[in-house]
Amino acid sequence: MTLLVKSRHQSRRALLRGALGGAAISVGLPFLDATLNDSGTALASGAPMPVRFGTWFWGLGHTPGRGFKALEGTDYRFTDECAAIEPFRQDYINYFRAFNAPLDGAASTVHFTGWVAAKTGAIPSGFGRIPAPTLDTFVAEAIGGSTRFRSIEMSCTGLAKDSYSYGRAGSHNAGEVSPLQLYLRLFGPEFRDPNAATFTPDPRLVLRQSVLSAVSAQRQALVRDAGASDKERLDQYFTAVRELENQLQVMSSAPPPLDACVRPQAPAEGTPTLQVEQSLAAHDTFSKLIAMALACDQTRVFNLLYSQAASELRAKGTTFTHHILSHEEPLDVDVGYQVETAWFNERSFIALAGLLNQLKSTREGDGTLLDNLLILAQTDTSDAKTHSVIGIPSLTIGRAGGRLKTGLAIAGNAGPISRVGLTAMRVMGVPIAEWGVKSLRTDQPITEVMA
Amino acid sequence: MSARVSRRTLKIVAGIVAAAVGLAACDAPEPAISDAQPMLRRLTEDQYRNIISDVFGPQIIVAGEFAPILREGDLVAASAARATVSASSFEKLERLAHGIAAQVVDPDNRRLLIGCEPNSAGAADDQCVRQFLASVGRLLYRRPLTTGELDRVAELSATAARGTGDAYGGLAFGLSALLVSPQFLFVADTREAGAGASAPLRLTSVAKATRLSFFLWNTTPDVVLLDAAENGVLDTESGLRDQVARLLGSPRLVDGVRALFADMLALDKFTGLEKDPDIYPAFDPMVSADAREQLLRTISDQLVARAADYRTLFDTSQTFMTPALGRIYRVPVTDPSGWSPFEFPAGSDRQGIQTLAGFVALYAHPGRSSPTIRGKAVRELLLCQKVPDPPGDVDFTLFNAPNSANLIARQRLDAHNTVPTCAGCHKIMDGIGLAFENFDGAGQYRATDAGQAIDVSGDFDGVPFADPAGLAAALKNHPGVPPCLVRRVVAYALSGVVEGPQASWEKYLLERFADNGFRLKPLLEAIVLSPNFFALGVATEPRQEAASVVNSNPEDR
Repeated sequence: MTLLVKSRHQSRRALLRGALGGAAISVGLPFLDATLNDSGTALASGAPMPVRFGTWFWGLGHTPGRGFKALEGTDYRFTDECAAIEPFRQDYINYFRAFNAPLDGAASTVHFTGWVAAKTGAIPSGFGRIPAPTLDTFVAEAIGGSTRFRSIEMSCTGLAKDSYSYGRAGSHNAGEVSPLQLYLRLFGPEFRDPNAATFTPDPRLVLRQSVLSAVSAQRQALVRDAGASDKERLDQYFTAVRELENQLQVMSSAPPPLDACVRPQAPAEGTPTLQVEQSLAAHDTFSKLIAMALACDQTRVFNLLYSQAASELRAKGTTFTHHILSHEEPLDVDVGYQVETAWFNERSFIALAGLLNQLKSTREGDGTLLDNLLILAQTDTSDAKTHSVIGIPSLTIGRAGGRLKTGLAIAGNAGPISRVGLTAMRVMGVPIAEWGVKSLRTDQPITEVMA
Repeated sequence: MSARVSRRTLKIVAGIVAAAVGLAACDAPEPAISDAQPMLRRLTEDQYRNIISDVFGPQIIVAGEFAPILREGDLVAASAARATVSASSFEKLERLAHGIAAQVVDPDNRRLLIGCEPNSAGAADDQCVRQFLASVGRLLYRRPLTTGELDRVAELSATAARGTGDAYGGLAFGLSALLVSPQFLFVADTREAGAGASAPLRLTSVAKATRLSFFLWNTTPDVVLLDAAENGVLDTESGLRDQVARLLGSPRLVDGVRALFADMLALDKFTGLEKDPDIYPAFDPMVSADAREQLLRTISDQLVARAADYRTLFDTSQTFMTPALGRIYRVPVTDPSGWSPFEFPAGSDRQGIQTLAGFVALYAHPGRSSPTIRGKAVRELLLCQKVPDPPGDVDFTLFNAPNSANLIARQRLDAHNTVPTCAGCHKIMDGIGLAFENFDGAGQYRATDAGQAIDVSGDFDGVPFADPAGLAAALKNHPGVPPCLVRRVVAYALSGVVEGPQASWEKYLLERFADNGFRLKPLLEAIVLSPNFFALGVATEPRQEAASVVNSNPEDR
């Protein structure tokens, strides 16, 4: 048995008989087949620790020449505006530079085309048009089916629309904007502590599943007369129904114990605004919650957005946003760059370092969460001042359970940025041969970083 | 210099309007939309909330988040015809459904809302269950439930009643099943065979009722309208006219008009609108909510209650005020407890909805104004002119002036003229937007910016103006204003836009709009009484071919 699935699975009928009568199901500890082996590197059953996946997004790239340096191999440093993540470089990070979003004659929609290309492998036909699912949803399909939540999306801007995760038929996975609401979703009344002595399934779960079964039964009649496009949208709806059914099914079973799992404290109520101080605070809280969500195996996939493409973050009491500054702030002739813009860029990597610290401090076996996950960090542009989609920087973070080498800088030599996405999907076990359309189509993962 | 446009200019503009609407061609037959496809629209959040309130009463709280439909183009109404439900959205919808159902069967509400009492408190009463679910199901599905559908939810209710030992608890699960059903969450164009062997398929009567109700009231059809549809009355010309007259004459029309303009003016952007409290301490969430409401109250008052010429919106001084808004406008408020009518004095710069706080604050930055954003909003929202996206390769270093942060807006934006690729578009946006510079980022009046006098004069498509009042006159008389409204209303009505036949229909409707003094209600009436309104829908632009991801055929490259 693995950690992934089917511990103490019971039939719906059995649960109806027992749980609806209010009976608690006692789970004896330790739950031997789910505990760690002697060396702490795997489950006692021999199954490896689960490898999780996340995306992290920051807006407006970087100041070329500062932070991400044009180096290759292992001889590089994260300096200046990226200095906060330097302590993680050698053991956990790979830096990808000189990968492009080839437009194939299409217009570049500023602050949109770049990230859409990186996440979908396709160039959008205009602003707001998502041409294909984002890669995180393929990873979620591959690894997210056995947890309560297939994926968790979070936005530190206070706006639910600021989530760059899209499924089939353009379905948008909106971001959680309130840390408290996320906490309640993850660790509220429906959370079952895997280390609790007893397990009491919620008697309503079975009935909620019955409601969903009644809904699923309508598929045939509804899809029958629909056109192709509407059929795709309805299929996505029924997929969502199935995913919730699965979620309820997972919740019906006693979870195996997980040493690192501790129900966190509830955060304060509130939703961040676009003030950078508030976004940073929200990012810190989201980082804590998602680290524990991973440790408690509530989800294995997350998408955390620190700032939007064309970031509207601003410092308290100032009139210019990060985006406006990136265009209008004059170069400081003494230092040779835009000082205020760089300050915002620096905040992005301070936020990222906070997430990585949180993951690294969450121990799991003889390692940490950072050893057992892959985070793909992406942005919308390289030099925000010119809206460039040439050389958009990206990072992989984490060892992915030993599947990734680290400490490398990889030059794309103007190759498609979809190679980075394909690499991440391959590492995460997505059964994918090639990915992308037109010049973004690739069957060449970046093998240099694959262990 | 006079703030007003000259009489000669107005005559010229009036002539342009007359030419645009083709007044001489009134007798032309109404162009027909053909080859339309049936559509599937996802309920918007407002529609969902309206339906719950209409079916169960305003005491039922829709508590919780509702994943928004992302605006992909000019209208959310059109995006709804492309939207689906993601896993995280469905999770929220399921939670909402159970929350609503629990409130409906709550002891405080059940007597009023359920309409029958189960024989036993601990087990389902099949007759009562069916009576209730058939009744609300008809309103939620916008048609009678089929026998199979009713059997399924009744059976579910019975099972749940046995499981919970509570008849009402069981009923709640049956109701939840209706509320998460795609038949409720998606509005589908149901079709039937037309009269005659070779007649094309047509919308069913209940689908017609649904279109009417969502367009005019932004909610599900009421019982009277469904009766008319199910009895076949709606298929007759007189029956249709009667129902249209009823819908247009109802106070509920305000809900439909508010929804239309909230969509047209992109007021969904109020979600998340924020202003820096250090810079604009008067602008708080209550001001934001009231500013949005002020826009919609002003619009519905002018267009529905007063039946005014649509163009009056752009130079009216009449609006409504609350104590919170009084802080922004710096005016005394007569009713300290809520909304009261208000009229800006003669000579005020506040003329037209485009000068209300809701518009100028929404289209601005958190900490300062934005002539570019405001000018773009006027062009795109009120004139239906698409301002091209900024070029992807512009190098801003070319006009990075030292100390630009200390320049006032006109000086900063003059820099755009130094870059030819920028100048073209910024000229058509900034020229209009600079007229609003007396209104800061929170919509408050200011006489100076950074200690300098503000020059708000400009030129709007050949019409010079000296101040916002002059811009109001120029906007009111701009020949692009009436056609833009017609275009938006037609797209809103049909949940999409196609060129060709629809454009001809728009032109036809524009003539009627002009004939009727540019009043909204006759325009709405002309649309819903047209056979085009019940055409099977408008084909939306197909999505780009999705990226092939798994073992795709190399030949497809």
